[in-house]
Amino acid sequence: MLRQIEGSRAVAEVVSMCRPEVVCAYPISPQTHIIEAVGRKVKSGELAPCEFINVESEFAAMSVSIGASAAGARAYTATASQGLLFMIEAVFNAAGLGLPIVMTLANRAIGAPINIWNDHSDAMAVRDSGWVQLFAETNQDAADLHIQAFRLAEEVSLPVMVCMDGYVLTHAVERVDLPGQQEVDSFLPPYVPRQVLDPSEPVSIGAMVGPEAFEEVRYLAHVRQLQALELIPEVAGEFAEHFGRPAGGFVRPYRTEGAETIVVAMGSVLGTIKDTVDALREKGTAVGVLGITSFRPFPGAALRDGLAGAKRVVVVEKAFSIGFGGVLSTDVAMALTGLSIPVSTVVAGLGGRPIMGKSLAAVFVDADHGRLGELTFLDLRKDLIDKELARMADRRRSGPTAENVLRDAQSVLPSLT
Amino acid sequence: MFQVRIHGRGGQGVVTAAELLSAAAFAGGLWSQAFPSFGSERTGAPVVAYCRIDDHEIRTREPVVEPDALIVQDVTLIHQVDLFAGLKPEGYVLMNSGRSFEELGLGDLVLRLPRDHMLNVPATELALKHTGRPVPNAVLLGGLAAVSGVVPLDAVRDAITQRFTGSVAEANVAAAQEAYDFVKNEEGVLAHASPD
Repeated sequence: MLRQIEGSRAVAEVVSMCRPEVVCAYPISPQTHIIEAVGRKVKSGELAPCEFINVESEFAAMSVSIGASAAGARAYTATASQGLLFMIEAVFNAAGLGLPIVMTLANRAIGAPINIWNDHSDAMAVRDSGWVQLFAETNQDAADLHIQAFRLAEEVSLPVMVCMDGYVLTHAVERVDLPGQQEVDSFLPPYVPRQVLDPSEPVSIGAMVGPEAFEEVRYLAHVRQLQALELIPEVAGEFAEHFGRPAGGFVRPYRTEGAETIVVAMGSVLGTIKDTVDALREKGTAVGVLGITSFRPFPGAALRDGLAGAKRVVVVEKAFSIGFGGVLSTDVAMALTGLSIPVSTVVAGLGGRPIMGKSLAAVFVDADHGRLGELTFLDLRKDLIDKELARMADRRRSGPTAENVLRDAQSVLPSLT
Repeated sequence: MFQVRIHGRGGQGVVTAAELLSAAAFAGGLWSQAFPSFGSERTGAPVVAYCRIDDHEIRTREPVVEPDALIVQDVTLIHQVDLFAGLKPEGYVLMNSGRSFEELGLGDLVLRLPRDHMLNVPATELALKHTGRPVPNAVLLGGLAAVSGVVPLDAVRDAITQRFTGSVAEANVAAAQEAYDFVKNEEGVLAHASPD
């Protein structure tokens, strides 16, 4: 049914239709609306049987999810930013143990400096944890990916994280086609665990593994990710057939035919990029875009196929590895090994800075003219950087950087953008 | 595409206004996108919310920088925020005030925009009269329907009754209706006063 609905509410509706038996979460912006809405459904009895467990922290939220999943329950949670970092030990454990928990990550920056707004630093911080990471472009996508997430997680026995941009998607009200309960039921069978804590058939889960077997257990975690790599297009295909619209899969090309410059990105920025591509195509600039839905497992072959015809690739990403450069770009460059297609990184939208089509267009035109550098920070305020660098050169006790830059930034009139 | 920027302060229902407007557009079969500019609203702090309306899918996630219409729920923001930044030359301005634009020190704006595109509505008074609460958001949407026609008043009414229930919904619908009538009346006065 078509609804005009907030992204968080749409996700809550769909998660509820996936019939989680245990939901355990700790509130943190911008994830809170999702969990509040799921919580209301549990309280009203609309979502039953389901136990909503209140805990004192994100560490406990993931730990309880692990326990619930190991006991054979379908478990769901959601978090963001510092919350994800606070639970990080348990995040790695969930994947290491092969427990099919589904978690929404409402992507948000990581401090310091503290910042509640959107970027992908949180998702990138757990890139190597062993979780499947899917990125939503729209709220329709976010809803649809959650249904696929439970299917994927339980079939390969791996936890799946659905990443949706905090505020940009979670707080946006837009059109979402929500499925019916029966449609979801016939797509998502009841959870049959591969391992379960069952008193009638006792096992232990979570053994200490020494050097004699650790590498093998780790390798098998990689094998499960590779199995997920095979399963993702299958599940996406089945989803399209079942629900009548495409969602999921590895990558989504847009106007890449004949494109000399292909932009690669993940998440909601793809919408702005598509509009920008349309505008540039009208002016005769041969640019296209390839959106990545599955970041882990990384669909290297699909990327290579999708980008092979390009003269150059521009990766727009909402995070970066400090002291190095792009995170996603590194993976994209690896996928292109031997093709001699240069990859430029554009870091954009950190800490919620709006990504403007006008700024993207300028960067894509620069790329088209072969004058875009390896690493660009979109709309970086060089005046603010220079001021702080001068202060640091001028005196030893130059003070805290964040406070200094903030003071400089606020000394000019606040702009709406 | 029709783009609306709504300014106000935390507690005035700025974000709800954008959401109601998007729901009204959706009810009319259009595509619409509403979103706040800041996630952490505090009571009294300046808040901005946006709404885009189009007859096809809206993909961009930029904030609205060149609005077709501005709703200002709190005129004390005039001295605090660059309210009119990027406003299109044929844009609409709807402000919550019982005073004239000249009295508000916005005489320049009057010269810039078509005269029948800018109106003041005493929305807080209307809200207090009907709902007993000084929340002007739904009232101003009635005004926007009247001044711009981007959504019909019926759709605004539907959006309000879907969001709220019982007497709250009824009171807001009545307030929006009175704002609509007020604007239509003002437009009549302006048309009558126009030299041609």
